[in-house]
Amino acid sequence: MAEILVLAEHVDDDVKKVTLELITLARRFGETAVVWTGPGADQAQPRLAEYGAARVYVAADSVFDDYVVAPAAELLAQLVREKSPALVLLAGTAQGKEVAGRLAVKIDSGVLTDAVDLQPSDDGPVAEQSIFGGGTTVHSRVRQGTPIVAMRPNAVAPEPEAGAAEISQVSLASEAAGAKVTSRVVAERSERPDLTEASIVVSGGRGTGGTEGFGVIEQLADAMGAAVGASRAVTDAGWYPHQFQVGQTGKTVSPQLYMAIGISGAIQHRAGMQTSKTIIAVNKDPEAPIFELADFGVVGDLFKVVPQLLDEISKRK
Amino acid sequence: MNIVVCVKQVPDTAAERKLKPSDATLDRASVDGLINELDEYAIEEGLLIAEAQRAAGHDAAVTILTMGPEKAAESIRKALSMGADQAVHLLDDGLAGSDALSTSYALAQVLKQTGFDLVITGSESTDARMGVMAAMLAERLGVPQVSLASKVEIDGSAIRIRRASEDGYFEVESTLPAVVSVVEKINEPRYPSFKGIMAAKKKPVQTMSLADAGIDATLVGLAGASTEVVDFAQRPPRQAGTIVKDEGDGGVKVAEFLAAQKFI
Repeated sequence: MAEILVLAEHVDDDVKKVTLELITLARRFGETAVVWTGPGADQAQPRLAEYGAARVYVAADSVFDDYVVAPAAELLAQLVREKSPALVLLAGTAQGKEVAGRLAVKIDSGVLTDAVDLQPSDDGPVAEQSIFGGGTTVHSRVRQGTPIVAMRPNAVAPEPEAGAAEISQVSLASEAAGAKVTSRVVAERSERPDLTEASIVVSGGRGTGGTEGFGVIEQLADAMGAAVGASRAVTDAGWYPHQFQVGQTGKTVSPQLYMAIGISGAIQHRAGMQTSKTIIAVNKDPEAPIFELADFGVVGDLFKVVPQLLDEISKRK
Repeated sequence: MNIVVCVKQVPDTAAERKLKPSDATLDRASVDGLINELDEYAIEEGLLIAEAQRAAGHDAAVTILTMGPEKAAESIRKALSMGADQAVHLLDDGLAGSDALSTSYALAQVLKQTGFDLVITGSESTDARMGVMAAMLAERLGVPQVSLASKVEIDGSAIRIRRASEDGYFEVESTLPAVVSVVEKINEPRYPSFKGIMAAKKKPVQTMSLADAGIDATLVGLAGASTEVVDFAQRPPRQAGTIVKDEGDGGVKVAEFLAAQKFI
């Protein structure tokens, strides 16, 4: 059975949820071999086994932390040559896509990004992508080399299945340096889930009126165990940090539940959230385009609706 | 310093964008084209770096590199009116339908001819949204990739950037020549001045064909693409949801919906 290479995204030994999604997905196509760069593999091994990884290729060299993108792409290229996998899967994060791009050049293979599904076919894996702000659904395939696919986080639900996750050490055969990381600054890390990985996202828009008003979005997010998002109007005005922007020029999210509060739903915003499974909107303007997407919407003042919702949530707990 | 900014003309994101039923490529003809918004930050950063170089007594030139149909000349004109010095337009019918892999090959072939100290791109295009071009170019050109920059500092032949990460940023450094990609928020792109618009008309734009750039025609275009569209469809409009007016019980109604869907 052909191997499927999955590049793990992790913070030390903490396996990111998207990695478990990729392992789950890889099982549709063959034997899952996780490629782990940097430290933490031994501690993470049980978790990778729990989701059905057959093998874990570990390259613990510090070069993967010291240099961005290039070493991971070089390692994957080396493994593609040695193992002839049927498919390489990566997370469709900004960094994952960069690694995918470099790998594509190295092994002269086609690359697809931001896939929301991937299914086997007689002609190899077929990716589903949602383009133009979610307005068009496309099925594409790679027709040259080893298919490389970067999957959008939350595309599939991680499902446990016992695997051996047998660790074998690998090392980078050639030097791949380039741009050196001299320091890392982690922004205030909140207890909230990652925006792109969260199953629930609560986003606030212009209707929140400012930093103070935006507080109600954070309260609702915490009550729901959700990540906080913001529209471009909010981040441009500096009411909330830029890294939380959802939209065409910000992050693309695809959660189970997206709550758009005080967001009109301009195309710029819709492009980043349209593939959410369930959408709830609260806006005082009945003509706001967000209501065209909403499964449930309330036309009203968010400062009345959200506090009442918070009360209801706490009553029901 | 020889700065080359890669610019893509894309369909207006506010317009209805479609794929052509005949070959599943983007219908560029039926909608207005404009500079990929995220490339405007790349142009601005190129201009700022060139200005700083000149202020320090060094020579600097900003070249705009665009691959695209005739219409893309509009975007070149805009970039020149913002203040870039010259442009190269890679224009050949054989390029239509190129995927990311072929596009990076074609652009790299041109960059080998123009030479460069710094190649600057936007973080992604608003049409294909792959976010791979800077990485692919760095790989093809064999130079460091200093990408997703929210801040760029040049110091002699060293470049330091602040690289945006999922939960903060990294400080990353390398030597020139290098490929840089910039994220929105790095700067505030300038509007072309009247003087700039007039001056742009006289700035040199070199048009290159596949042959001029030494590009193997079998490696580009729809036929040379390493990926293909199997099928596509307009996404069916979402089923109309329930929209209610807040009559003093809006929050309760949302809670009921959430409970029915087992979210709370």
